[in-house]
Amino acid sequence: MNNEELIYTKSKSMTQRETHYCPGCTHGVVHKLIAESLDEIGMVDNAIVIAPVGCAVLIYDYLALDGVEAAHGRAPAVATGIKRVHPDKLVISYQGDGDLLAIGMGETIHAANRGENITVIFVNNAIYGMTGGQMAPTTMPGQKTTTTQSGREPDDVGMPIRACEIINTLDRPVYIERVSCHNPANINKAKKAIKKALLNQKEGKGYSFVEVLATCPTNWGLTPKKSYEWLESTMIPYYPLGVFRDKEE
Amino acid sequence: MEKIIFAGFGGQGVISAGKLLAIASMREGKEVSHIPSYGAEMRGGTANCAVVVSDDEIASAIVHKPTICIVLNEPSLDKFESLIESGGILIYNSSIINRKPQREDIKIYSIPCNDISEHNGSIRAANMAALGALLKVKPELATMESMKMALVEGISERNHKFNPTNIKVMEEAYSYLK
Amino acid sequence: MKNKILMKGNEAAAEAAVIAGCRYYFGYPITPQNEIPEYMSKRLPEVGGTFIQAESETAAINMVFGASAAGARSMTSSSSPGISLKQEGISYLAAAQLPCVVINVSRGGPGLGNIAGSQGDYFQATRGGGHGDYRTIVLAPANCQEIADLTLEAFDLADEYRMVVMILADGFLGQMSEPVVLPKPSGKTFSKEWAVGIGNKNKVASLILSPEDGLTKHNYVLKDIYDRVEESVIKYEEYMIEDADYILCAYGSSARICKQAIQELRAQGIKVGSFRPITLWPFPYKELKKATEGKKRVLTVEMSFGQMLEDVKLSVNGTIPVDFYGIPGGMIPTPEEIVERIKSYE
Ligand SMILES: Cc1ncc(C[n+]2csc(CCOP(=O)(O)OP(=O)(O)O)c2C)c(N)n1
Ligand code: SF4
Ligand SMILES: [Mg+2]
Repeated sequence: MNNEELIYTKSKSMTQRETHYCPGCTHGVVHKLIAESLDEIGMVDNAIVIAPVGCAVLIYDYLALDGVEAAHGRAPAVATGIKRVHPDKLVISYQGDGDLLAIGMGETIHAANRGENITVIFVNNAIYGMTGGQMAPTTMPGQKTTTTQSGREPDDVGMPIRACEIINTLDRPVYIERVSCHNPANINKAKKAIKKALLNQKEGKGYSFVEVLATCPTNWGLTPKKSYEWLESTMIPYYPLGVFRDKEE
Repeated sequence: MEKIIFAGFGGQGVISAGKLLAIASMREGKEVSHIPSYGAEMRGGTANCAVVVSDDEIASAIVHKPTICIVLNEPSLDKFESLIESGGILIYNSSIINRKPQREDIKIYSIPCNDISEHNGSIRAANMAALGALLKVKPELATMESMKMALVEGISERNHKFNPTNIKVMEEAYSYLK
Repeated sequence: MKNKILMKGNEAAAEAAVIAGCRYYFGYPITPQNEIPEYMSKRLPEVGGTFIQAESETAAINMVFGASAAGARSMTSSSSPGISLKQEGISYLAAAQLPCVVINVSRGGPGLGNIAGSQGDYFQATRGGGHGDYRTIVLAPANCQEIADLTLEAFDLADEYRMVVMILADGFLGQMSEPVVLPKPSGKTFSKEWAVGIGNKNKVASLILSPEDGLTKHNYVLKDIYDRVEESVIKYEEYMIEDADYILCAYGSSARICKQAIQELRAQGIKVGSFRPITLWPFPYKELKKATEGKKRVLTVEMSFGQMLEDVKLSVNGTIPVDFYGIPGGMIPTPEEIVERIKSYE
């Protein structure tokens, strides 16, 4: 054993549970980035994750943190309540596109506008994963879903909503960035963004919002590899990556 | 009345096999019902459906104790073998199920569904092999003719091009069992 | 036989709505009713209708409010958590006397619960889940054919009484496929002189501040309608009641389990029959009372802790004992369990 070098261990912030995600799904990747960030900023025992209603509804089984499950779309409101009671805890609102931009748009905007000192991790996979692949507010034009069977038609249902750009119209948020997790280089960047968003909260700076472009191979009807390619070729041009706001700078 | 369970991995087509049987039996004037397992329980795990075929009105469509069970993978065999009614029938996919069923009070048929599917040029028709075997074992459920009609009615049009292969697989499985 | 189609309960409901002339559907995805919006997203444009995937159930029911106020036949559907969100809108629709159809393919609760079929929403459906003194007609199908027939009829009832009509199904019924003969439209027409957008300068509202007793009077108007519905819209099914010693009382999926239990009990020489309410509101109080006269006992079976049980007791009113068997949380009782319970009375 002495001669062996330990080069990898599972993050302390993760439980031993196997996730239920499909092959190629990036929810697990984002969980891991949150866990590693919490390890690194020493907040494993001081963080509370709010589970959305969506495929990540069981996130509290995978992250070894306090967990609270909110009703669909209400995570930012629940996070607000928790944070006001426990200002010294890290409160993470983890949400999908249906949760954050459809049913929970009101909660999203108002928590951001109040500048709640919370961290919102927004996993944008351009679809409703959990319910079997219906159109999301972020579904791409022409993208086929079970409720847009000949492809999303913007003349009928509008264009996909860009969350970072909307939040960037508000005064209070301190940090807004869009990242992706379709390849290792981008996963590294995503990690930095998530860590920074959590650190901001720890330091009491205010509301941080990180959008992670993600895959849902199952409901996109693509293999994992093809889904990473589709994310890169179709989503990134419409959802440009980068920092929208960093009040430190 | 036959209470039938089709079970396998998600993606092996057990839900649609059940549906095809229900359509074929319906076309022969039988009462039928079909209930799939659905939603999150299907992610990654096993899928199954319950089909009831009867001469009279079907009271409960929910199957607690099947009279016939068709299992396409090993977890499904583990799950359903013990539930089959005594005197019932078990058909299992010997291509990928390595263990032998244990029950001695039921009739057991082994059939290499994946192999039959593959050497007819498809990796996705194991469910059709199972259907072919079922029709051989229980001809009262439906005729091969009705099943061929069900393939047209129950499969979306863009997949009709696979039907010649589906039929070949079904027929080979039918004659595989002696 | 030729015109029978194998359809999922959810699809049967959707197609029946289209046959009924529903051209406006608004909904938000939720399992186990997703086939309804999915079907409508494809089907309604084919017949010149409108499908909108709303941003929430609250939004969906309010879109229904608008379409109905404009005189159109419209519908929304959801499952338990989403139906909770719709309650606000349902109260407003009831107040404004706007007709519409709401389908609840219910699932296990409370809270997010699970996605299996359940009958835990009976109180919410029959007692008015939203605020204020109002009623909705509640129809409980037990098979795919009935889902189609009752959905079609629901639109006529809604227009006739200017009420919200709810179809209370459950996840098993929504996901199950059975042969369905699609019903024909009734051909009934209803004048909608009260609608907006037809040049009558109509107002559709629910705020009544003056005169001082205006709201009270409006409530009496609604009460008169509800009284008429109680008189004329009762539906139920009796099965092997005549010589029965015991009566099973159940609706929807659990009524089918009861039927199977009856067949098994009769084979053992025990005389059992069943009474299945199809309208849950109005509840067939008088009819159930009559069916249980001279019987030894009633056993109410539900996929809940016993909600319809209260109506059964109100109906039987102490004349014979009323027992209960049920499982909450998305489980379904087995025929054997019911057989055992009945045999324990012998
Ligand atoms: C009030 C209510 N309406 C609908 C649902 C059903 N539902 C569960 S998850 C979901 C959407 C999930 O999509 P998203 O937020 O994008 O998450 P993903 O699964 O894609 O990660 C919906 C509509 C619900 N649980 N509650
Ligand atoms: S359905 Fe999509 S989002 Fe959900 S676990 Fe599977 S791949 Fe991930
Ligand atoms: Mg999503």
